[in-house]
Amino acid sequence: MNFVTETVAWLIDPANWVGAGGIPTRLVQHLLFTLVTLVLAAVIAVPIGFLIGHTGRGRGLAVATSGAFRAIPTLGLLTLVALWVGIGLNAPYVALTVLAIPPILAGAYTGFEAIDRKIIDAARAVGMSEAQIVLKVELPLGLPLLIGGLRSATLQVVATATLAAYVADFGLGRYLFEGLRIRDYGEMLGGSILVILLAIVLEGVFALAQKLVVPRGVTAGLPTDIRDGSSRSRPAMESTIKEGTSHVRNE
Amino acid sequence: MIEFHSVTKRFPDGTLAVDDFSLVLPSHKITVFVGTSGSGKTTLLRMINRMVDPTSGSIEIDGADIGTLEPVKLRRGIGYVMQNSGLLPHRRVIDNVATVPMLRGMPKKKARDEALHLLDTVGLDRSLANRYPSQLSGGQQQRVGVARGLAVNPNILLMDEPFGAVDPIVRAELQQELLRLQQELGKTVVFVTHDIDEAFLLGDQVVILRTGGKVAQVGSPAEILANPIDEFVATFVGADRGKRSLHLENHGDGDIVVDETGRLAGVLVGERSSAGSESKAGPRGPGASAQGGDSR
Repeated sequence: MNFVTETVAWLIDPANWVGAGGIPTRLVQHLLFTLVTLVLAAVIAVPIGFLIGHTGRGRGLAVATSGAFRAIPTLGLLTLVALWVGIGLNAPYVALTVLAIPPILAGAYTGFEAIDRKIIDAARAVGMSEAQIVLKVELPLGLPLLIGGLRSATLQVVATATLAAYVADFGLGRYLFEGLRIRDYGEMLGGSILVILLAIVLEGVFALAQKLVVPRGVTAGLPTDIRDGSSRSRPAMESTIKEGTSHVRNE
Repeated sequence: MIEFHSVTKRFPDGTLAVDDFSLVLPSHKITVFVGTSGSGKTTLLRMINRMVDPTSGSIEIDGADIGTLEPVKLRRGIGYVMQNSGLLPHRRVIDNVATVPMLRGMPKKKARDEALHLLDTVGLDRSLANRYPSQLSGGQQQRVGVARGLAVNPNILLMDEPFGAVDPIVRAELQQELLRLQQELGKTVVFVTHDIDEAFLLGDQVVILRTGGKVAQVGSPAEILANPIDEFVATFVGADRGKRSLHLENHGDGDIVVDETGRLAGVLVGERSSAGSESKAGPRGPGASAQGGDSR
């Protein structure tokens, strides 16, 4: 039997789809773990990223720190934290939050930085307070890039969350570690395929979200964009000021 | 009334943008700061709503030192119109105009109603209210910018090269619109431009600045044209190039005005006005006025 038939056999075996160790349970565990990790990382990274993006200060420090964070091998950090806090989910939460912070941080501050300074300046000049500038101008205009950061973090976390099974009976990674231990390559490959599918689905969700959060005024270069609700995508901050109607005729 | 008292601004990098500047900007008049880049004109404007704070000296609005006022509150009471309109790209035209009144606590519905009226005031069709700024032409965006500046019915309107980025035909249109609005509204307008023709067209008081925020000459357009204080001003207003030394030539049916090089500058209509009685209401293209000819 080759890997492929083994894998298919494993995936369609009804016994693998029920119970505490079944695919649905582990899929949900894996998904929830990913979401909680992302929320933890976002709670830490987003305010810091907004602060950096808004003030323009501390960018160098953030880049250096995120670079260092990225360089930390997640498995090593996981083992280290597990030795300290013990077996269970705490160690994977810590290790994967550290993994997820840099892309979210980068998404948050680049989102703010990409906004035309003239818009911010005008918002301040007409009398918006700093908090209002962040909430009413920078946040909506920077959201697409922040979502982009979350998207990239999600992809990394959903793949790396398999490591949670290294220190806990948890998530889709369990199939990988178990398959490796008992030399069941069908189970390993099957587990991997499930992780990949989950990643693709999440990727699709984020791609859609990223499109939806681009403010309409930014995408709307043409009057028809509003009326027919076409989902023409444009880079978030591209200048779409068009004079005259030649543009319409060209379409 | 806005008063500058010995205002100096040195930026952290050492640039001296404004040097010991004192001036009174009369109420209900248009004061134009004109100069080349680096003359500190925008810095002067931005000091009035505390976007820039002076290094020394003080600025008073109707006798109150603005240094003691809270910047955000001060700015909400002053209209501000900038180049490229500075509109929020993610908000519709009507919401852009209603932004500041809503910040000041006006209910949304009332703010939007008033915003519609302001669109009428600045000559925009109400059908544009629900468009986004990116869907408007440059001139239309600039009108929205003016409407937003007027939204809180401020006494003071600051305009930072507002017509600098639109084409000459639209610019001329917007300039006339501003003069019309000013006749109706009588705001204290502070206008920054690098275009001397625009300055002479719009300004009741024109302030010509040289590099480093030093005043070269202050006066009405007529005073400055008639008596440029030095060579710098003469060069700046174009008096030395013959651009403004106009004379009449008779061409059968009527008089035409030509400059020193013989290039057509305009036609003479009506009676020759006596010097100094120039009125705001009449057509006042600086090149077309016979004033320049008189001064020679």
